[in-house]
Amino acid sequence: MDILDLTALELGQAIKAGQVTIPEATRTALEVIARENPKNNAFITLCADRAMDRAKALQDGLRPDAPPLYGVPMAAKDNLCTQGVKTTCASKILGDFTPPYSATALERLDSAGAVLLGKVNMDEFAMGSTSETSFYGPVKNPRDLTRVPGGSSGGAAAAVAARMGWYALGSDTGGSIRQPGSYCGVTGMKPTYGAVSRYGLIAYASSLDQIGPLCRDARDCAAVLDAMAGRDRRDSTSVDGPYGNVLAQLDGDLRGVRIGLPRECFGQGLDSQVEAAVREMARALAGRGAAVEEFSLPVMDYVVPTYYILASAEASSNLSRFDGVKYGWRAEGYEDLTDLYEKTRTQGFGKEVKRRILLGTFVLSSGYFDAYYKKALQVKSVIAGAYRDAFSKYDLLLTPVAPTTAPKLGQSLHDPLKMYLSDIYTVPVNLAGLPGVSVPCGADRDGLPIGGQLIGPAMGDALVLKAADAYQQEVRP
Amino acid sequence: MKITEEMVDYVAGLSRLRLDPEERGDMTRELEQIVSYMDVLSQVDTQGVEPLSHVLPVCNVTRPDVVEPSFDREALLRGAPKRDEATFLVPKAVE
Repeated sequence: MDILDLTALELGQAIKAGQVTIPEATRTALEVIARENPKNNAFITLCADRAMDRAKALQDGLRPDAPPLYGVPMAAKDNLCTQGVKTTCASKILGDFTPPYSATALERLDSAGAVLLGKVNMDEFAMGSTSETSFYGPVKNPRDLTRVPGGSSGGAAAAVAARMGWYALGSDTGGSIRQPGSYCGVTGMKPTYGAVSRYGLIAYASSLDQIGPLCRDARDCAAVLDAMAGRDRRDSTSVDGPYGNVLAQLDGDLRGVRIGLPRECFGQGLDSQVEAAVREMARALAGRGAAVEEFSLPVMDYVVPTYYILASAEASSNLSRFDGVKYGWRAEGYEDLTDLYEKTRTQGFGKEVKRRILLGTFVLSSGYFDAYYKKALQVKSVIAGAYRDAFSKYDLLLTPVAPTTAPKLGQSLHDPLKMYLSDIYTVPVNLAGLPGVSVPCGADRDGLPIGGQLIGPAMGDALVLKAADAYQQEVRP
Repeated sequence: MKITEEMVDYVAGLSRLRLDPEERGDMTRELEQIVSYMDVLSQVDTQGVEPLSHVLPVCNVTRPDVVEPSFDREALLRGAPKRDEATFLVPKAVE
């Protein structure tokens, strides 16, 4: 048995059965990281000694009734606060930031027996679709090192694809888990807004941000979600829901499930190989008993502008806290307080972050607020309404994750608008607060992974993962 | 929508950012391109539509009004770029 071939749940079982110890699994992952990280730059911070100490302690505490992911080594995106472990957000301004507390999601996984291997690379402050805006250098796609892994959770997706750990936590504001999942060929899930506490997630756009898992399959995603979902008093936007037994609901049976394919997501701008693979996925889902049909979702032209107005506005507000006073990096040679703020922020933020702060400040500024920010909030209501209508007819929707497979490194950043437009299939899911999962569903002529996206109604996380799992059962050799 | 360098300078000031001349030119061009694209939203009829701030029907979340210990002061100050025993240090802000 090569333990690297196992899923997270299978490794958890092997650990419980005594076929492998937690220190062995951890050492194996650290060896892969030592070999692969110089090539793909997935990790910013490695916690090798801490992970080995933790592995030994967990092994000593191993009991027959341990949780399913007990002892399984994993990685966390570097915008999730980890007490005592540097959390940079892939930025210069938080380059030396060591949080005094941990994110709730990580605390919960910790009590479920997770072994944290390290913190993974991303776009600076999660702003980007390629993981090239990191202050610590771009991440490279393990499937083809000349291509981007997607973003912003590119390090998390690359780590799982390159077997540098059995799963990773990412965050998704407009597709940042699902799109890198698609580019790297791993299963990535964005839960319903509010399902997972955002406490300790460094905020980009608070009304859209959500923490979620990137895994080898949908069953692993369900196990991670079960371990970390649920209301948290430290995040007042988190809500109670039917969580904790998602894994038990993955029975592979899709009889009676109605799946809608929005016609607008299969038209202009979509690569024909991606289209063919997603349509093939629809046929496989039908093979499991689902009723699949096309319908019209006439809001797709408005989702990208609405998303970028709202996300940038919230970012401009959220990032005002980085001023070189209470934590983080401070510029030198300032004359007064304003000079300190300006020099710190000007030298501390990268170009894409500045672009979004400026755009967000513009749409919130007096004279433009109504035409852009308020208008976008109204259109968001129209978009959420269109999805609500769709879910009165269908249980799930199926779309591509991204219009193309992974682009070459260095191709995207010079044309920000084009990069923003590639988020068209993922951003409406955040605007409407819905659960979505990106499922590998084939490869293009160059062997690059293609992803299909299953979307469910709010709190429909279990059904989304059940369909993803049924598909994976159907196509598993 | 036409974006001018003066507008970009004004917004940069509000954002506590400074742009050098080259950056200012780039940002002006890029923001104009992006904002012009966003003007497509003016086609959507939103007469009578309430702005949607929060997607879930959650409001006025409260907790019992009980005093709890805060974070340890030293743990929080440890992350500060400049500090003394008990406070963050910044340049004099009031003459």
